[in-house]
Amino acid sequence: MVELTNFDDLINPRLHGRFEPEPVYDVPADSPSSNQSMEFDETRTPVVIVDNLHVKYQVYSSGKSVGAAGAKRLLQSSTRGIREVHAVKGVSFVAYENESIGVIGSNGSGKSTLMRTITGLTTPAEGSVYASSRPNMLGVGAALIPDLSGDKNIMLGGLALGYDRQEINEMREDITKFAELEEFIDLPMRTYSSGMSARLKFAIAASKQHDILIVDEALAVGDARFRKRSEAKIREIRENAGTIFLVSHSMNSILDTCNRVIWIEKGVLMMDGDSKTVVDAYKAKKK
Amino acid sequence: MTAAEYAAQYGLKRVGARPSLVSYLKQAWARRDFAFELARSRLHASNQRNRLGMLWVVIKPTMNALMYGAIFGLLQTSKPHDFPVYVVIGVCLFEFFTGSVNSGAKSITGNAALVQSLSFPRITLPIASVIQQFLTLVPMLGVMFIYCMILGTTPKLSWLMIIPLLIIFTMFNTGMALVCARLTVHVRDFTQILPLITRILFYTSGVLFGVDRILNAFPVLVRMFDFHPLYQALQIARGSIMNGVEYPSFYWIVLSVWAVVALVGGTIYFWAAEERYGRVD
Repeated sequence: MVELTNFDDLINPRLHGRFEPEPVYDVPADSPSSNQSMEFDETRTPVVIVDNLHVKYQVYSSGKSVGAAGAKRLLQSSTRGIREVHAVKGVSFVAYENESIGVIGSNGSGKSTLMRTITGLTTPAEGSVYASSRPNMLGVGAALIPDLSGDKNIMLGGLALGYDRQEINEMREDITKFAELEEFIDLPMRTYSSGMSARLKFAIAASKQHDILIVDEALAVGDARFRKRSEAKIREIRENAGTIFLVSHSMNSILDTCNRVIWIEKGVLMMDGDSKTVVDAYKAKKK
Repeated sequence: MTAAEYAAQYGLKRVGARPSLVSYLKQAWARRDFAFELARSRLHASNQRNRLGMLWVVIKPTMNALMYGAIFGLLQTSKPHDFPVYVVIGVCLFEFFTGSVNSGAKSITGNAALVQSLSFPRITLPIASVIQQFLTLVPMLGVMFIYCMILGTTPKLSWLMIIPLLIIFTMFNTGMALVCARLTVHVRDFTQILPLITRILFYTSGVLFGVDRILNAFPVLVRMFDFHPLYQALQIARGSIMNGVEYPSFYWIVLSVWAVVALVGGTIYFWAAEERYGRVD
């Protein structure tokens, strides 16, 4: 047994492999990700294939301790440990045409990372995602500028989504109406309440027809009434579009909207199947 | 059957794979309206809450030129011919370069949310920031010509040469902005050092000094300035605008070569890391 004199070494596991903490979460031996062969349903058309997907982040962990030890650390070079976060660990599944798939799991389980990887915004460390067309996230908020009027933001958001100016001019009225902002559309967005801007963002984003759409907890915008309407809109998009992924913590909206659920826990696919079965199992586990 | 074979059977493509350069540029061209609208909106929004609004686009460089002109006018003993006009043109055009490079460098890292939520060719962002700088430059140029006339320059036909010059200069700046944008993604610290680099370039590009006067003891250095793209851009502008100032016409060729190399090189360099820009680490 080596005597520990410097606790900083513990922070950087690369220095002492044997002190590396046990993985907090064990990969269940029977998880579907552990066997490589995937089952394919030959009768249906696949739209998205996720094949043994691993996503890792390299983060500088600044786990500085306080006091003298902290000061000591400052003087030492290269104690800043790089920690690898293995966010998605070998997830595989196939999404077929016209499916609406709910994605559930506790906070930090890797749902959003998985979805970002499906859209191609995050690069996988291993494995790959295949899709019939580029999956899109429902969201446009980042492109909007708070100092501009709602009207100008519709133009900007629409262009960001890939429309041309004429198409946006045609949709402008519908978007305004759907967001219920007819009176305020000429005011700067920063003057909107959070519900109003969420409605506008949703209305712009939902104006686009997607073949493969990913909705990340977007249903929870606005008041109860707008929520109903946005759910209806999602359903409409779902009917027109091919496939939809819905990431949510609300089991009710998952059960309402989805006919298949994927449960992810600690980056591992725990369960994949019929909504009711998976949600029940999830609820049982959470208790 | 493996997933890859299965995907191929139904014609599914790998997501996030970098497109070929040609189709990348095609996609970027399709988003040109977005780039332009983003630039215009940002410019508009950045000044909207100031009382003087868009006037700041003109006031800021004016004050810069006044300050530099006053300080270096007093300090320098052998000033270039027609010094106030010399400084006004220099400061105004150099500001375009600094602005492009600085905002280009931040165009990916500063828009992380946008990059992570929507998929479009990322080259749109640095290009939008150059467009924004260009839109800032245009009213400034108008004012610059007015200053030149007030300071005694006579309007002439060669003033129109500023148009081809701007095209070439914008190409050069775009290339530089693209390089800076990717560098910042790899090394965030680059934005810390960039102001220093542009400041050094400011003092070594003949914005405030007549190079041949300051360096006449070192003819080799003066020769080197014949290949300095920023100096050449400024000299061409001065030669076209000012009274009785000449510039060698081969400056056009050298500057054009610089611009093409910067733009092509910058585009390829930026495109090569396209898959990298959305990553969170």
